[in-house]
Amino acid sequence: MNLPYTLIFEKRTEDYPKWLPAAVSIGSVIAAFIISGILLKIIGGEPLRVIKFFFTATFGSWAVFSDTMVKATPLILVGLACTVAFKMKLWNIGAEGQFYMGAFFASLVVLVPMVNLETTPKFLIIVLMMIMGMIGGAIWGFIPGILKAKYNVNEIIITLMLNYIALYWNNFWIFDKWSDAGFQMTPQFAKVAWLPRLSDLAREYRMFSGITLHLGVIIAIIAAIIIWWILERSRWGYEIKLIGDNPAAARYAGLNISKNIILVFMLSGALAGLAGMSEISGVVHRLQERISSGYGFTGIIIAWLAKLNPFTVILVSILFGALIVAGREIQPSGIAYLLQGIILFMVISSDVLLRYKIRLINLNPQEA
Amino acid sequence: MTSHPPPNAVANAVANAVEMKDIVIRFPGVLANDHVNLTLKHGEIHALLGENGAGKSTLMSALAGLYKPTSGTMRIHGELVDFNSPKDAIAKGIGMVYQHFMLVPTQTVTENILLGLNEPKFFMDLPKYDQKIRDLQEQFGLNVDPTAKIWQLSVGEQQRVEILKTLYRGASVLIMDEPTAVLAPQEIDDLMETMRSMTKQDKSIIFISHKLNEVTAVANRLTVLRKGVATAEGIDVTGMTSEKLAELMVGRKVVFRVEKKEQAPGDVVLDVKEVSAINNKGVRALNKLSLKVRQGEILGIAGVAGNGQSELAEIITGLRDCDGEILINGEDVSNQEPSVAIAQGVAHIPEDRTGVGSAPNMTIAENTIMKNYRDEPIGTKWSINFTEARDHARELKNAYDILAPNVRTMARKLSGGNLQKVILAREITTNPKLMVAMQPTRGLDVGAIESIQRLLLEQREEGTAILLISEELEELLTLSDRIAVLHEGEVMGILDAKDANMKEIGLMMTGEKHKA
Repeated sequence: MNLPYTLIFEKRTEDYPKWLPAAVSIGSVIAAFIISGILLKIIGGEPLRVIKFFFTATFGSWAVFSDTMVKATPLILVGLACTVAFKMKLWNIGAEGQFYMGAFFASLVVLVPMVNLETTPKFLIIVLMMIMGMIGGAIWGFIPGILKAKYNVNEIIITLMLNYIALYWNNFWIFDKWSDAGFQMTPQFAKVAWLPRLSDLAREYRMFSGITLHLGVIIAIIAAIIIWWILERSRWGYEIKLIGDNPAAARYAGLNISKNIILVFMLSGALAGLAGMSEISGVVHRLQERISSGYGFTGIIIAWLAKLNPFTVILVSILFGALIVAGREIQPSGIAYLLQGIILFMVISSDVLLRYKIRLINLNPQEA
Repeated sequence: MTSHPPPNAVANAVANAVEMKDIVIRFPGVLANDHVNLTLKHGEIHALLGENGAGKSTLMSALAGLYKPTSGTMRIHGELVDFNSPKDAIAKGIGMVYQHFMLVPTQTVTENILLGLNEPKFFMDLPKYDQKIRDLQEQFGLNVDPTAKIWQLSVGEQQRVEILKTLYRGASVLIMDEPTAVLAPQEIDDLMETMRSMTKQDKSIIFISHKLNEVTAVANRLTVLRKGVATAEGIDVTGMTSEKLAELMVGRKVVFRVEKKEQAPGDVVLDVKEVSAINNKGVRALNKLSLKVRQGEILGIAGVAGNGQSELAEIITGLRDCDGEILINGEDVSNQEPSVAIAQGVAHIPEDRTGVGSAPNMTIAENTIMKNYRDEPIGTKWSINFTEARDHARELKNAYDILAPNVRTMARKLSGGNLQKVILAREITTNPKLMVAMQPTRGLDVGAIESIQRLLLEQREEGTAILLISEELEELLTLSDRIAVLHEGEVMGILDAKDANMKEIGLMMTGEKHKA
């Protein structure tokens, strides 16, 4: 079959306009919804109803939007953790483990307890838990960091394996030491260790009744701003980018690469650990099994989809938060995974539009 | 052989191999080719000259089907063509021999040549194709064992494989992009012989080069580009002088001998005392080497590549460990981090511009602040003032005549000469006490070479001590005050550049000690 027209891919020789990446990303998400709709139609579903339901179930009211944001909160922090590491081309696959260690260390404040929970002000306890969470994650980042910096050990293997160690370390304590009546969880934390929620204000403002959104989301957004500043404006961020782009040039410019590998790994771990703290203190209110539904791994995808931009990480995390919430609401729950898969596929493949110009070419110019 | 496409019905019998007419290629902000004409006659070698970034590669990319011209027409053997991809160009008999080889090191010559072709389809009857390639070699005098693996071959042999690749695909027009840049002198002679033999057998060649003597030696006619415009279109090579060509390329008279002022050197800045070091393969590269460089003096290091030059530059700049003492202004900097040497005022023009000297995916501005991003006003205690950084880069861009759309352009988009200017500009602005320059002009065009050499001499006048490592003897003789010759990591002798001659240096390079 000979069509008179063909599509050709031309490599872009010039820089693309600034708005293009955003337009392409939004376009590909819309395209993903359209394709999902077609698939739903083929299997006999009602695509418009499903998609409408997807939006009402995730953004339709303050209550469901709050659920979406609650799910987005750990994703933002973990997405930032991966962003920082990936900027320096450190392949931290261990955000999941760093998340668990952050949760564990933050729990120590309550479970040991490290301070007198009756007399210490709530503010101090929360700050202490945040610091402990970050320390826990940072320790879990320090291990692959120092191994890579000193002995050039592959960080992918180490971080992947450390995930399992963190998981079972946690399990040991919640099964054996702090088990709540034999269940695989610790007793619920005292309220003083809970991150404030909007529903706490329900007595004064009726509208907040039942809204579970907690302070973690503010922490996550502040973290995104700080990380953006570090990467785009600070001397350290410049060093991170330089090492990431060309380590040989960085060494030539007099940078200490080993030190930066360790520091960036610790920062990455600290962010993932903070996500763990926010999750136990803001949502679960106890240390238990399965506090993460693979947040650490989703963070990798989020960082990539956001093209390592901290602010885009927030938007992508909200989208993924919505997909998680929708997965609970839409039956069969596979539909949400289908949508998630297609969005991923579309966004990742849309990258080709940034690297190539696509032109329609008439194969028979003489006749035209 | 399918090398000879049947002449098109409309074309007359004496149609030219290639006719590019009024070619305009426009990139946003840049007019890469401005109404350029290029006619390649049957069986001729046509030289295409121009400075880096003059638009030679762009023009040839259009002929090879990589870009589409904004306007203009192209005829191959008289037939009007409109390429949408390199495949179309190959089908019309255009073969490109790239400067950087595109070969699979672990595969044999034959396997590399067959790669990507429709034949053989499934069963690899390699001996059959080995023979085919041997026949082709005999025809053109391109000797290389078809069963050898690429990694076993010398650079010259690998280039022959690249040429064979295009001939096997039936190329009648060969574009050779700076083919001599990677070759040793003897290999260059062989290549030129091959080129002449190919033109006798109905091939036509476009030869891109920086080296004027090669052009006059092998080409019939030539075209010169300057800033996208042809300053000479298909003029005859006979009667051309290097001076005239240089003027056409650069747009002004080029002084081949840059003026060096007489001046007395000052205090010793660099004092290398009995230093030994091993190279990346664990072999001894420097053997109890000692030398001194003074203020306002250029010490040239001559030697065949791989006799310890890279290692010498690396131990001084802190990139490699060693035994012995390296004093800079009296401070021992051996076996310290590079930052220590930088703090002592050591600037470094590394041998590998793209691999070491710059960060390819960062902007010009980000590349120019690599050494001074910690200092006011660009760096504050924690942050970087990127407005200041861009102003700084813009100043350097103007002062050093760096050709780029703006300072946000990625370093990887710069031509070799412009990238080298970025590096040099950055290093000079650190006000160095010692500058280690390794192969600062390698691969650059005449205009860029001249300006880089001038900048080095200006640094000398400012009182900087300069260690100049180069493989170009003429450059060393022009710029240096003294020349040290390196052989297997040892100094064979140090000569005064005024009374040094090439022959004596050549002998020392092969290991003969200087008789004082």
